[in-house]
Amino acid sequence: MKNKTIIILLLVCTVLLGFTTNNYFLITKKDVELNVPKGFPKPNYKFKNNKLTPEIFTLGRKLFYDPILSKDSTISCSSCHQRLAAFGHFDHPLSHGINGLIGKRNVPALQNLIWKDTYMWDGGVNNLEVQPISPITNPVEMNESLAGVIEKLKHNKEYAEEFRVAFKDTNITSEQLLKALAQFTGLMISVDSRYDKYMKGEDTFSNSEKIGLELFRAKCASCHEEPLFTDNLYRNNGLRPDTSLKDKGRGAVTGVEFDEYKFKVPTLRNVERTYPYMHDGRLRKLKDVLDYYGSPENFQPNAAKEMYEIGKLSAQEKTDIIAFLLTLSDKTFLYDRRFVDPFMK
Amino acid sequence: MKRKLLIAFLCMASATADAIPFTGNPANEGTLSVTFHNYVGNQVLQFDTVLYNDELGQSFSITKLKYYIGNIHLKKANGAEVTYEDYYLVNEEEPSSKKISLGNIPDGEYIGIDFIIGVDSLHNCSGAQSVALDPVNAMFWSWNTGYIFLKLEGKSAASKSPGNIFEFHIGGYKQPYNCIRSVSLVFDHPITIDHANTKELHIKTDVAEILKKPTTIDLSKLSSVTDFHNATTIANNYMDMFSVLSIK
Ligand code: HEC
Ligand code: HEC
Repeated sequence: MKNKTIIILLLVCTVLLGFTTNNYFLITKKDVELNVPKGFPKPNYKFKNNKLTPEIFTLGRKLFYDPILSKDSTISCSSCHQRLAAFGHFDHPLSHGINGLIGKRNVPALQNLIWKDTYMWDGGVNNLEVQPISPITNPVEMNESLAGVIEKLKHNKEYAEEFRVAFKDTNITSEQLLKALAQFTGLMISVDSRYDKYMKGEDTFSNSEKIGLELFRAKCASCHEEPLFTDNLYRNNGLRPDTSLKDKGRGAVTGVEFDEYKFKVPTLRNVERTYPYMHDGRLRKLKDVLDYYGSPENFQPNAAKEMYEIGKLSAQEKTDIIAFLLTLSDKTFLYDRRFVDPFMK
Repeated sequence: MKRKLLIAFLCMASATADAIPFTGNPANEGTLSVTFHNYVGNQVLQFDTVLYNDELGQSFSITKLKYYIGNIHLKKANGAEVTYEDYYLVNEEEPSSKKISLGNIPDGEYIGIDFIIGVDSLHNCSGAQSVALDPVNAMFWSWNTGYIFLKLEGKSAASKSPGNIFEFHIGGYKQPYNCIRSVSLVFDHPITIDHANTKELHIKTDVAEILKKPTTIDLSKLSSVTDFHNATTIANNYMDMFSVLSIK
């Protein structure tokens, strides 16, 4: 009798638990609606030939967290792009890939990607959909071939079913794989920081934060343009080239000398979490970043002219700018259940 | 801002003129099959074992040849054209890839065919694609995204690359490294294509041209082109490698 009650209780518990976790991970139609807030420009990637659906997004989420995309099934996208770091990599100056191999660049945060027209620090990738080909096939990242990934997915019963349901097609193609990933990464949108609320009049700033915003607008916003905090251009912010990495940035992609040592202006949303900073992760803390920007004598001669308009920064100015930068942290995005690792289910 | 406009412009489709609409009526439409025959000079291309001589008397063999053909226009004497949007990947290793079929051709006389070798900027910027443009075909660069228009690989004792290989991977749709080249072939005499007359066009692709003119490639000095360096030199050579072999 006692045993029976326990069993029934256990059953009830599992059902309840199953119910709640299922809901937590369940992606609904509403979850995949694209809402562009007022004041934001029109996105560049519009999901035009990749209509958002819960099934495709869910598949993209699983693929993002699954090491099956790498040669020896050890590295997933999420190995380098960690959710709580706004999908950057906490505390790693340069990326770490398969077999512990070290890449040549710092892992950028993944957010507001649909507003970009090119991807990577050098803009070498021209469409969000084709971006994953780069990490999948890069020998120091996932070191797998696209054909190899498709083969593995075809032989995996769960994926065969999930692709079929999502794309209503019995064949798995690279196009489907890439579009599913683009749905997942494309919806990583950060537009609900304290800064956003302040702009809408829903939150207040401290004095220091207000002064920080003013200073930021005067000295930084010519490149880190609101509301995305990037103008999406390639600029030289004066960092002296690292002689061991020899990274020519944009110039290596375009073959044009004028572009050498320029890098894509990164967004500063969630910058509190995306340390270390810059394309090679050379600056560890926001304090280091501000010390750098406030010391024009450190810039390389080819730095953009806007860099010299910043001028020397006092300790108080640095503190205020940092106070403002911290208002760009977006808990709604960082703790959004839609982006949680589904393998934790 | 200027830069943004430029990028948008680069990614726009090239417009076409005077397109003949498909009639939608199979009773007055014909078919043209187009077959690409890969040659080295006057010899039919054979992989691996056969040694060929280049302009400088250096011998070489070929191990891989793939190229994209697209933007096909079939032309009438009055300037009207039938246009096709598909891309085709001609791969020496896959005989079936060398023959393409152009259907729904309105009955009439045609005087020539235009196409590009390469992939236009629109299709280079369109994200994930399938069939001929599926990146699994290993004709796609990920570090500077875009299609590789032509891959020619082989071996030559003259080459100083490891294993004496040479490899020419040519792509790029942006100036000043644009490697898309237009080809225009005029038929000896106008051909009639109609629902009763399926025609076969045989095109010769002479790979020797890639190493020949206007710039003679010395494999001992240039054995690897895998990005924009020297790419347009090779592109200027490959644009003249096509000619009409026969029409049946
Ligand atoms: C080994 C670490 C690593 C792995 C694994 C990895 N990435 Fe990345 N990712 C990076 C680095 C480093 C960059 C910046 C590369 C550059 O600029 O050259 C990057 C850049 C990106 C970008 C461009 C962001 C921007 O703002 O331009 C996207 C999108 C992205 N990764 C998505 C993915 C996806 C999807 C996967 C899984 C298929 C993945 N990454 C796997 C390290 C990694
Ligand atoms: C000339 C344009 C320009 C100006 C002005 C500018 N930045 Fe930057 N910023 C950049 C570029 C470009 C990078 C990336 C450089 C690199 O990695 O090589 C960058 C990177 C950063 C980063 C690192 C972000 C990350 O995720 O790694 C921070 C933080 C930053 N800037 C803050 C500021 C602040 C604060 C100011 C004003 C004091 C400022 N920037 C002014 C262009 C600019």
